[in-house]
Amino acid sequence: MPSLRILIVDTNKVRAAIIEEGLREAGYTDLVRVATTTGLVAAIEQHDPDVVVIDLEDPSRDALADMFLVSRHIRRPITMFVDQSDSASIEAAVEAGVSAYIVDGLKKERMQPILQTCISRFNAFRKLREELEDARSQLEERKTIDRAKGIVMRMKGLSEEEAYALMRRTAMNEKRKLADIARSLITAAEMLK
Amino acid sequence: MTMLHLRVGFMPLVDCALVTLAKDEGFAEEQGLNLELVREVSWSNLRDKLNVRLFDAAHMLGPAAIAATLGIGGVKAPMSVPIGLNRDGAAITVSLRRFEELCRHAQGDIADPAVSARALAAMVARRSASGLPPLTFAAVFGFSMHTYLLCEWLAKAGLRLGEDVRFEVVPPPQTVEALTSGRVDGFCAGAPWNSAAVEAGIGAMIHASVDLRRDCHDKVLAWRADDATNRPTAVAKLNAAILAASDWACRPGNAARMAQHLSAPDRLGLPQALLERILNRELVQGGGRPPRHVAHFIRFDLAALRPAPEDADWVLAGMEQAGQTRVSEEMRAMARSVFLSPAF
Repeated sequence: MPSLRILIVDTNKVRAAIIEEGLREAGYTDLVRVATTTGLVAAIEQHDPDVVVIDLEDPSRDALADMFLVSRHIRRPITMFVDQSDSASIEAAVEAGVSAYIVDGLKKERMQPILQTCISRFNAFRKLREELEDARSQLEERKTIDRAKGIVMRMKGLSEEEAYALMRRTAMNEKRKLADIARSLITAAEMLK
Repeated sequence: MTMLHLRVGFMPLVDCALVTLAKDEGFAEEQGLNLELVREVSWSNLRDKLNVRLFDAAHMLGPAAIAATLGIGGVKAPMSVPIGLNRDGAAITVSLRRFEELCRHAQGDIADPAVSARALAAMVARRSASGLPPLTFAAVFGFSMHTYLLCEWLAKAGLRLGEDVRFEVVPPPQTVEALTSGRVDGFCAGAPWNSAAVEAGIGAMIHASVDLRRDCHDKVLAWRADDATNRPTAVAKLNAAILAASDWACRPGNAARMAQHLSAPDRLGLPQALLERILNRELVQGGGRPPRHVAHFIRFDLAALRPAPEDADWVLAGMEQAGQTRVSEEMRAMARSVFLSPAF
């Protein structure tokens, strides 16, 4: 089976790398990454890929879909890959945020594993980003709580443990998050400065 | 009353106005609809997200709804159109440099599409004789009135899009950048992108779409075909909200407020003044010419919103002329059935 050349179009370099790694692990070696979305026609003319994988949110998807219809410069027809018999896979791709285009009517059986790899890599990337955001906001919350604790310690002459216990009790009584109480405290302290 | 939540996707264009007004002027709410509007980056996204029901309905190019229903271009996603959103409203703009060249080659009034097309043909011939690369024109999507109008314009001088002139697809918000960078020599797009290019000082509008064809079929409100059948109440409510928006939009004196709604960052995110001039049908032309008043530049009136099966015939003829497909009688019947008989 001749190896397929896959063009990965993604302005997000980290995600592009994750996709490339995934495809490589799945046994695809002829991979080209491009970050440009404006020079897509030129990139396709230059690299002549069999498959194009592109971020769903990339505006140049519209250009890709219709490139072959009226341009004589791209002789091999490009169409979006959609397995009409598999609506779950259509949904999974859109929800993961990836789309794939095939050149010259590549067989469904050869395309399906590529798309599945991309879907799982897109989802993995999203999960990674969400985790990063979670970690970042947790760190922010801890900093806020520490600052509020300092204010309580100063104003009420309490030890660190006592200040923390007081804030926690208040949060529980008011059925609010500790971080919310901390933010209110900081705001109030700034107002009364 | 429980509110019905509907998610509707749109592209940032003046012709999304009736959808946005339905929300921003409260017409949807009066119908018991909680309308959530989502701005999109491509027509492909609108089609694909409608297809997997991330959207209930979408602002869509009429020809794209037909192509998706027929499965032309790889994706088959049957749609139904219960109501249109506008007619006309597009224009062809070229870079200032190409405009000067066109004027130099023009024999007659450049405002006449036959004259400008012949001038373009002369440029094409000269470039080809001197070994220069072909000119590139863009439309906003392959299946669009913009592609078919470009074809009609070029045909006036015997030119073929994709043969004598290179063709590219550039989504509306990227047209100005594509013209600035020189990637394209001209484009056909809906408002406000022609005005935006002219006001940015990089382009000259040569023809409004109404110079080439009046009452031209453009954007529609598309639903999944099965949803249009199975959710008659939702369809009827959204239709009613859009009809109310149409009535409001056609009342003189509402242009400023309409422009204000459209200029919001989560709508078009463009200056209100630019949009207001367009809604008042005052079109900047560029290339040293004064603004031009085009009374019928864009239509939002009730009659313009009626989906007409004849529109499908024009779209299919355009697809054939552009070399996108060969039309069979079966396709014609299917395309005509995309436009539901109006419930209003």
